[in-house]
Amino acid sequence: MTDEARQTAERVARDSYGRLVAFLAARTRDVAGAEDALAEAFASALKSWPVDGVPTNPDAWLLTVARRRQTDAIRRRQTRTIGEVHIQLMTEELEQAAANPDAIPDRRLALMFACAHPEIERGMRAPLILQTILGMTAVDIAAAFLIPPATMGQRLVRAKARIKDTGIAFAIPEPEELPSRLDAVLEAIYAAYAKGWTEIGDSSADRLADEAIWLGRLVVSLLPEEPEAKGMLALMLYTEARRAARRGEDGAYVPFDQQDIAIWDERQIVTAEALLRQANKAGPTGRYQIEAAIQSAHVARRVSGRANWEAVVGLYDVLLSLTQSPVVVLNRAVALAETQGIEAALASLVVIADDKRMADYQPYWAARANLAARAGRRDEAYEAMTLAIGLATDDAVRQYLIGQRKLLQDG
Amino acid sequence: MKYLLMLYAEEKVGMALPPDQMAGFMAQLAAYQDTLKKAGAFVTTAALQPTHSAKTISKADGELKVHDGPYAETREQFGGYFIIEAADMNAAIDLAAQCPAATWGNIEIRPYNPGYAPG
Amino acid sequence: MKFMLLIHSTEPAVIDNTRVDGGVMSPEYAAYNDALIKAGAMLAGERLQPTTTAASVRVRDGKTEVLDGPYAETKEQFGGYYLIDVADIDTAVQWAARCPSAQFGTVEVRPIWNTRGA
Repeated sequence: MTDEARQTAERVARDSYGRLVAFLAARTRDVAGAEDALAEAFASALKSWPVDGVPTNPDAWLLTVARRRQTDAIRRRQTRTIGEVHIQLMTEELEQAAANPDAIPDRRLALMFACAHPEIERGMRAPLILQTILGMTAVDIAAAFLIPPATMGQRLVRAKARIKDTGIAFAIPEPEELPSRLDAVLEAIYAAYAKGWTEIGDSSADRLADEAIWLGRLVVSLLPEEPEAKGMLALMLYTEARRAARRGEDGAYVPFDQQDIAIWDERQIVTAEALLRQANKAGPTGRYQIEAAIQSAHVARRVSGRANWEAVVGLYDVLLSLTQSPVVVLNRAVALAETQGIEAALASLVVIADDKRMADYQPYWAARANLAARAGRRDEAYEAMTLAIGLATDDAVRQYLIGQRKLLQDG
Repeated sequence: MKYLLMLYAEEKVGMALPPDQMAGFMAQLAAYQDTLKKAGAFVTTAALQPTHSAKTISKADGELKVHDGPYAETREQFGGYFIIEAADMNAAIDLAAQCPAATWGNIEIRPYNPGYAPG
Repeated sequence: MKFMLLIHSTEPAVIDNTRVDGGVMSPEYAAYNDALIKAGAMLAGERLQPTTTAASVRVRDGKTEVLDGPYAETKEQFGGYYLIDVADIDTAVQWAARCPSAQFGTVEVRPIWNTRGA
């Protein structure tokens, strides 16, 4: 069995699983019950499809196995998660779906909206989507979010109970509500991507970044008219295109402006550019479109040898007015250094100098150190560099900064 | 020279004790603290919450992961410490032997690395 | 809330007591200390001498028993700790992840009782 065959089989299994969970849960609002009904079928699919090949109708395969095993399985679990009424309902749903698997509607978008509902705690939205739509285990999700597996498991159970108990609707929100509700879905997916982005050198199939991009594609395919969905997918692809260039052959950290553009993934950049163009047809409006446009201005380096810094600063101005985020102030300052000089950049950081959120934000101190060093303020640079080293969790970054600090001393 | 006295005892036994008996043990430890203070040997002390409240972090498969529970499962659990000032290891052992916790558990004594105090 | 970060890592097979760098902090640890202090989280932190220098004591029936070595033999050895004061256990775990030893050893996070000492 090749890795590729295994990945394909897994992908189809997850695709089918998520669709069936969404379908079963849409009526009962019982996500845990739907997961229980399909758990064993999904587990056998993950085991047998990579070896025996993917069945012609994956949904029908899963439903058949689920139906065959469900009586026992559900009976065994009923005291834990589902009551009698739900067993009845779930059984009927399974029967109906199995009778005509080709007619199963795709309710995954509705499920995602339920998972990212305002009633659901913000930090749990991404884990919920990863579990319900992709069938990821609490153990795998916990690892990515630096939370113990048992704690993550409990929080997932509680969040699903909340969906059921508060009667959160499984529906696409009304047009006037859609932008903010969609933003919550995109934010959850992007949070999963951001967690995956920090993983280095791991090519295993369950890499979180891949899963997030896949979810991004799913949202774009289900909501083709929404520019922000395209903007976010583009943003993830621009970033992903540079994954390999972040480390040298020896595993050393390579900063963005020194990356070898020959290692950037041209295919992903081209896809991102096309998505961004489509999204921007009506003018760039949302946060993700603007962030993607900033990435586009950065990768202009491929063609012109230099990032379009003027455009980057202008776009950060727009983004800042939208988000008021200190992180945007920080990134804008880095771009400002290229257009108006270092002192202007450092001056622009004054507004966030006392912001508590920056006190233990590693990229803030790394950027400050870099700017101060270039401005010749050695003591300030040394101090900021030391904090950036102390706040790093990635050893490659830590070693790079220690090297930079040494240059500062020697230079 | 500073020494760390690590107090090991069976958590389960401690948690099953009636409150007044537990208070008695705590009073003994407080008296020990006074003894250390009078001898000019006391630096600091703290009690840790039970090991089931611990989380442990390590790098597995190139990725930092967290799991519930302590680093090592031992028959008795590390539950608190005294930091003392003593002339040498023998003096530290003598002070540790006076600690009431030595009668219901074990005390491990470790010297500090001199000149390596970040705090 | 106060937490103890207990650092476990493999001690070198042969400890050369004549080496003076036992008292010198690595640049990684020095920066980590500075970050903890700057964030207002640092209460204390110490590095211990290797477990070969340890002794274990207990008193049974009025008789003091002393054994050489640590209380428990573990794959990695307890070698130092930090005492930090942060908002909650999630923040404490974040700091443990930043600890340089997390790259090759194990860091245990334990909440401290507020009732006594320290």
